[in-house]
Amino acid sequence: MAARFVQISAALMVMGLIIGPITAVLWGAGSMPAPRDADWQALRFTIWQAFLSASVSVILAIPTARALARQNFFGRGVLITLLGAPFILPVIVAVLGLLAVFGNSGTVNTILGWAGLPQISVYGLHGVVLAHVFFNLPLATRLILQGWLSLPGERLRLAEGLGLGPWQFMSVLEWPMLRQVLPGAFAAIFVICLSSFAVALTLGGGPRTTTLELAIYQTLRMDFDLGRAGLLAGLQLIVALTAGLLALAVTRAPGFGVGLDRVIQRQDATKILVRLQDAVCLVCVTLFLMGPLSAVVLRGIGALHDLGPSVWWAAGYSLSVALGSTVVCLIWALALAHRGGEWLSLAGISLSPLVLGIGLFLLLRPFVHPGDLALPVTAVLNALMALPFAVRILRPEVEATRQDHARLSAALGLSSWLWLRWILLPRLKRPLGFAAGLTAALSIGDLGVIALFADPDRATLPLQIYRLMSSYRMEQAGAAALVLLMLSLGVFWLFDRGGRANV
Amino acid sequence: MKALAFAAGLFSASAALADLPVLTVYAPDYFTSEWGPGPTIEARFEEECACDLQFKPGDLLPRLLLEGARTQADVVIGLNTDITKRARASDLFAPHGLALDGLTLPIDWTDDTFVPFNWSYVSFVYNSEVLPEPPTSFESLIAAPNDLKIIVQDPRSSISGLALILWVKAVYGDRAGEIWEGLAPHILTVTKGWSEAYGLFTDGEAPMVLSFTTSPAYHIAAEGDLTKKAAIFDEGHYAFFELTAKLANTDQPKLADAFMAFTLSEAFQSAIPETNWSFPAALDRSAWPQVFQDLPNPKTAIFLSEDQAAALRDEAIEEWRRALSK
Repeated sequence: MAARFVQISAALMVMGLIIGPITAVLWGAGSMPAPRDADWQALRFTIWQAFLSASVSVILAIPTARALARQNFFGRGVLITLLGAPFILPVIVAVLGLLAVFGNSGTVNTILGWAGLPQISVYGLHGVVLAHVFFNLPLATRLILQGWLSLPGERLRLAEGLGLGPWQFMSVLEWPMLRQVLPGAFAAIFVICLSSFAVALTLGGGPRTTTLELAIYQTLRMDFDLGRAGLLAGLQLIVALTAGLLALAVTRAPGFGVGLDRVIQRQDATKILVRLQDAVCLVCVTLFLMGPLSAVVLRGIGALHDLGPSVWWAAGYSLSVALGSTVVCLIWALALAHRGGEWLSLAGISLSPLVLGIGLFLLLRPFVHPGDLALPVTAVLNALMALPFAVRILRPEVEATRQDHARLSAALGLSSWLWLRWILLPRLKRPLGFAAGLTAALSIGDLGVIALFADPDRATLPLQIYRLMSSYRMEQAGAAALVLLMLSLGVFWLFDRGGRANV
Repeated sequence: MKALAFAAGLFSASAALADLPVLTVYAPDYFTSEWGPGPTIEARFEEECACDLQFKPGDLLPRLLLEGARTQADVVIGLNTDITKRARASDLFAPHGLALDGLTLPIDWTDDTFVPFNWSYVSFVYNSEVLPEPPTSFESLIAAPNDLKIIVQDPRSSISGLALILWVKAVYGDRAGEIWEGLAPHILTVTKGWSEAYGLFTDGEAPMVLSFTTSPAYHIAAEGDLTKKAAIFDEGHYAFFELTAKLANTDQPKLADAFMAFTLSEAFQSAIPETNWSFPAALDRSAWPQVFQDLPNPKTAIFLSEDQAAALRDEAIEEWRRALSK
């Protein structure tokens, strides 16, 4: 009973956070206009770039995750931690990092120049996809790696015993696992790319790459037209929910049967060709991710000594917000780690953050001064933003555990508390650590809805970075961004490592 | 204990100073930050007002329109001329009742509701090490080799971006679309806001960026960097003003009036140049910091009234969008 209650109340809360704000915005507007031609154009581009970005991220993530799953090498743990980094950077910092490598005067063009080769331009649809892959490939890799590591050791050993070749191995074991993991990963990345705005515009090179989120921003900030904003946000929501439904429709339930819950080293990983293939893949991905991250480090390191106390205070506030978000997000994610829950959690990131902010503002204003709630609201919204990833991370393992152990537990008559304490949570250590790390890190890097919920006295670290930039202090902003990167990675590593302690 | 105080600080509202009347001023985020003019101005006003001045950072007009007549704001500072028409139509603001003869602007200002407190010219800022001979007009920029790249802000999301397209529209009228087609090959990229664009410029991604004629003052005064300069165009430059206004429904009308008057005083105006990196609106040129006096001055100030700007805005944005989408 208690478990059911937690599940339902979590679902209601998340639903309320989606339906409430958009209803408030439409209510405030009174009427809803018809979409314009430019809106349809923006909608088409938005869907197309999100589709490409999610496809490329997921396709490239498959060999990367496989390489990480079957190879053991020095620095593997560090690499897995660093995979979390791109996803958590504030947009503005990541864009500067990416362009330091791929931009007009970036490293790649400098090297091409030395070699006497023609220069490349990053600006265009390919730049948008490049940036989104930079953000999301690591995430997709981690989600898929999770799938690989969840293959029961007994099945791997059996397959080796039967002498299955690579293709048979793929079709019997890996493909069913991918069928279970890929659609959800694709959908989550697709939906997060739908609301891209600053990245799509800057890397796209101009108004050719206008997304719906830009139209929403323009509508709210320049035209103050709530009805149109509600309409555009509604369109975005419908696209995201459809993608979520499609993803769930093609997802296959886990079908590996019961294992004895042990991790086993694969034998095929030692073959020289396989090793070479994995090495090439990992080196490429590492270079791709580390380039822009190194640029962020180099930009920041020079002015690190120059940071005032306000930046460190901001780091403290960000950390508190992150811990709050993590607790909320994990409770929701555990309660929603099922099919419908995954869909619902996707809906949470489908709503335009701007509309979400304005809607909440309208809802809360009669009762409190929104500025006073800036940090708690940020924490809850960050939890909502991380929720689909946390659910995606937890769900396969939760379902596998249920499948493997539910009969025994029912036979023993375990209460839901004992089930959680002795069966579920111990088995979820690894995904829980990963989900907590991701949520906390994501929360530290997120700007939140400060436009309306700004707190005069307590700025978070991303806000402080924007403030430094808008007062010309680009070097200090770079240093603050480095602090943010280190803080996020540190928190991510602590949680993630905690979860992987016995692996 | 410290941890406890920190935790309590997370969730409690900022405490008002005991017994002093509170004047609530909505301001943009950059204004209230420790690097902006806010802290100096708060300290200087509180010296004379026997009140507690509280800045509330965030979006100005969207927030005021959402709050309507029930807003807590007494005064709003940092509105810009592109949204005054909409702001005026909301009936949320009251006439300022100030004598404006102390203003030192390049244009005549007679508005009875919105009072400017600082200004600058929109211009392209360039790195003179990379670009020893900058363009001197839009047409010379068009004629420059295509590898002369500029970074601009999107007029749909940024007020400086909007000022740029109004500038081009004001100068070229029906030819604006053609000018944008000519400029298109030079536009490396378009950013959401000023910070992204300026960050890319200082990183060396492009030698020119859309900013203000006063931007080089920061590099000279704070960094001793003399290489960042504003390109002065023969056509003249669009003037950009930031404004203050009093809310009609204020519960502190006297304090609000006092603050409005204070924005034109020397105590306020002298704080502007080196915190806001723009020209003060009511301070004689001879009283400006030397670095601001030395900045090159455009020959003509271009400015569209709010009605002109509103009439041209949608068309100008559409011309820009079409030319850059090709």
